[in-house]
Amino acid sequence: MVAFYIVLLFFLIGMLIVGITLVISRILQSRKSYPEKYIPYECGELPQGEAWIQFNNRFYIIALIFLIFDVEILFMFPWAVVFDTFGMLAFIEMLIFVVILLVGLAYVWAKGDLEWVKPKPKLAHLAKKKGA
Amino acid sequence: MDATVAFFYDLIPALSNLPDWLSYTIIGAVLTVGAFLFIAVFALIGIWLERKISGHMQDRLGPMEVGGWHGWAQTIADTVKLLVKEDIIPEKADKFLFKFAPFIMFTASMAAFAALPWSARFIPANLNVGLLYILSVSSLVVIGILMGGWASNNKWSLYGAMRSAAQMISYEIPVALSLIVALLLTGSMDMQEIVRGQAGGIFNWNIFGYFPLLFIAFIIYFIASLAEVNRTPFDLPEAESELVAGFMTEYSGMRWAFFMLAEYANMFVVSAISTTVFLGGWQPIAPFLDFIPGPFWFLGKALFLVLIQMWLRWTLPRLRVDQLMYTTWKVLTPFSFALILLVSFIKVL
Repeated sequence: MVAFYIVLLFFLIGMLIVGITLVISRILQSRKSYPEKYIPYECGELPQGEAWIQFNNRFYIIALIFLIFDVEILFMFPWAVVFDTFGMLAFIEMLIFVVILLVGLAYVWAKGDLEWVKPKPKLAHLAKKKGA
Repeated sequence: MDATVAFFYDLIPALSNLPDWLSYTIIGAVLTVGAFLFIAVFALIGIWLERKISGHMQDRLGPMEVGGWHGWAQTIADTVKLLVKEDIIPEKADKFLFKFAPFIMFTASMAAFAALPWSARFIPANLNVGLLYILSVSSLVVIGILMGGWASNNKWSLYGAMRSAAQMISYEIPVALSLIVALLLTGSMDMQEIVRGQAGGIFNWNIFGYFPLLFIAFIIYFIASLAEVNRTPFDLPEAESELVAGFMTEYSGMRWAFFMLAEYANMFVVSAISTTVFLGGWQPIAPFLDFIPGPFWFLGKALFLVLIQMWLRWTLPRLRVDQLMYTTWKVLTPFSFALILLVSFIKVL
């Protein structure tokens, strides 16, 4: 338990050190205020509109896949630790688990969600309908 | 008794006379301040070294003026400049998140130092889940980056932060998977146990286990960890030629300095993890060399890997963002899964 207490101190005192350094810097620094200084940097031009806009954020599906893989990795850590005790049983169970996940990865791959620029959905069947 | 506490009681016997909570707190505080000083010194030397190495690789000299001999005081002068520099908070920024981001970023990378084994007797926090702990705290860095990038209310920062988040979470998977391959060999998440299992010279290190399977795992870890710490060729989040400075664009002064410190701390942490897990940690190259103390070996191996990171920066060009995602999802992840299955299959046989 001592080890976890030390980890807690690492977080608390770590924050404190950052805070103290920033306070020291605040005391030492000279401040001169004029309005142009506080506008967002946009290569020297006046900023165009807001930065908090809606933009096409690629890879939201990747975030979901990541979540699944990360949870799975969490399962695999204890599995790797006790692997020697269970032998064949552990191997087969993890094989089934991993294969199911890999099928998922293969599906996402085939659907093109692993591309940065997702291919447009094929609308061939729609076009056919139109022609008919 | 806990290994860390025992180490300090041996060093300073008077500590054991204090009440437990007080002596534990003193030990923890000393270790934290020690870790901070180490990061600060490492960053001072590392940045200077990186400038010199970059310079010489490009057939120029790098900093030569400050301090006389090869500009050794250049980074110290830079630190003083940063300390007295006004740190500007843009008017339109989300002020609370903007101020809080460096705290998260730096504390997360510093907390990883708690579980690094320096020698047979010395490890700041002797956790039985050491490896898992380091992986989990180092992924907190993403939150710091997203916070800083979003709070700046600047387009470059937002794009940089978004890219960074996509990159770091994607590369976390090969990082963890390649470590699991090594875990299969060691059978423990305790950092000291992992190192102890690799005693007896270079050929007992995990990197040569089931040759060449673990060697491939090491390569996968190294590539993915480069992306985790946003180093070239994976430095897209701060690609200076297109995104100015990515998520750090609006930061200045000491707040910016903490982002840089965190970057160098992370460089050291990922090198230290691969040292511990694959390269035998504080174990000497050959058993007869064990009169040289452990910290020397540990630091030497970790710094060697840091040096390779700096070297790669001037060897490889930056990847495009789609190539980046291709590398992790279509190459590294399937390969590391295959490695896990192969190694566990060989183990059952």
